[in-house]
Amino acid sequence: MSDTPKELKYALTHEWLLDEGDGVVSVGITDFAQESLGDVVYVELPEVGDKLSAADEAGAVESVKAASDIFAPVSGEVIAINEDLEDSPETINDSPYGDGWFFKLKMSDSSELKHLLSADEYIESTEEE
Amino acid sequence: MNSSTSLYTAHKKMGAKFIDFAGWDMPLHYGSQLKEHHCVRRDSAMFDVSHMTVVDVDGREARAYLRYLLANDVAKIAQLGQGLYSAMLNDGGGVVDDLIAYALPSGFRLVLNCATGVKDLAWMRACAADFRVTLQQRDDLAMIAVQGPQAIARVSSAVGHEIGEKIRALKPFAGVFVPASPAEDGWQYARTGYTGEDGLEIILPSSQVEGLWWQLHAAGVSPAGLAARDTLRLEAGLNLYGHEMDESISPLRANMAWTIALQDSTRNFIGRSALLTERAAGPQDKLLGVLLTARGVLRDGQAIYIEGCEQPGVITSGSFSPTLGYSIALARVPVQAGERAEVAMRKKREIVRLIAPAFVRRGQPIFKA
Repeated sequence: MSDTPKELKYALTHEWLLDEGDGVVSVGITDFAQESLGDVVYVELPEVGDKLSAADEAGAVESVKAASDIFAPVSGEVIAINEDLEDSPETINDSPYGDGWFFKLKMSDSSELKHLLSADEYIESTEEE
Repeated sequence: MNSSTSLYTAHKKMGAKFIDFAGWDMPLHYGSQLKEHHCVRRDSAMFDVSHMTVVDVDGREARAYLRYLLANDVAKIAQLGQGLYSAMLNDGGGVVDDLIAYALPSGFRLVLNCATGVKDLAWMRACAADFRVTLQQRDDLAMIAVQGPQAIARVSSAVGHEIGEKIRALKPFAGVFVPASPAEDGWQYARTGYTGEDGLEIILPSSQVEGLWWQLHAAGVSPAGLAARDTLRLEAGLNLYGHEMDESISPLRANMAWTIALQDSTRNFIGRSALLTERAAGPQDKLLGVLLTARGVLRDGQAIYIEGCEQPGVITSGSFSPTLGYSIALARVPVQAGERAEVAMRKKREIVRLIAPAFVRRGQPIFKA
């Protein structure tokens, strides 16, 4: 059974988003996503300064089994990336909501947050897959 | 409703993530396929391979039948319990399946692939029409593969000193039955595997397999799933049916010429004349290893481009090599191919190196850097 913390928001494309306040959000992939992918071996991150619109491709994650794109759940500018993932991609499997975060965005339109899913809605969406 | 092996409950207890493998619920991994892979290269791990098809061939013409059915020659088997790797061909020389044939005291035991089991049996029955043989599918048997540098030592400690001595004495592809008589009902230990490491494949009654599984676990053998089995066999450069060969691909095109026994010119096995015709015409393509040291993972079906060749090649098996830390593959490429090629990856073309199709054996890389 995958872990889906209540305090996070979710995208249908399996990213989670944590509202850190001051218009800053951190983004990663869900426990459900890392479990489906299996052992992650490569990660592609955006660059600090990249300006992304919601649903833009923001990177990619590749496991032994499959590759998958990562999308920006909301619009904004990339202000930090988790460079540790490049050397230790397994962190995404071990700690998808903690040390396995991908990047932080400074949101350009915080009203976009309301388009994201709650934990319950996300769980429901994964059960339909 | 899927089939499951007698170890299903044990797998659940060990936290297995299951996949549907040709209608069987089989462990994909028990948490991390990478860790399981490293366990096999560095120590030992065990795989439940009870889904594989086991068929006992008996009757007074069992030997003559298999000398007709198989491209390799069971006459090469010198000892009881010894295994022989072979392809089973169709009339066109394509591979119906690949298998290991073991000598029983009376007759032979074939271990075939799981996904091809129904088709294999139908073919074997059709080919048996002119022979006095019986074919018995052994659904009552289970099979565990224990692989890794410590496999023999750990199995020996699990099954006891007396059997341990017998196991240690086995040469590669040799086997022993315990008790020796009647062997059909005993435990079969064979020094075979699918990982490029030392190890054993143990065939035993399904009713006893869970006991052995936990004994092995207590002896320090950790479980490994089908995901690790695939990266291990790929690193070892071992073919997988349906990838490197199938009914339209002959063993000549899959680096299996060494399994075609042509020495006895009177042995007219199925596919022989097609193979001779193909061999006389010369090869059109070859099956090579591929190294991608840049980021990204090679995948089955990707096109591989060779300079000067109009037709691209194709990746037959692509994955990540946990031992090397980058992606490797097997690919069928035009015969002119040299060492350099390009692969169309997800988003761009990457340069790859072509090498002989084997990457890792006994824990170590075996190609020239």
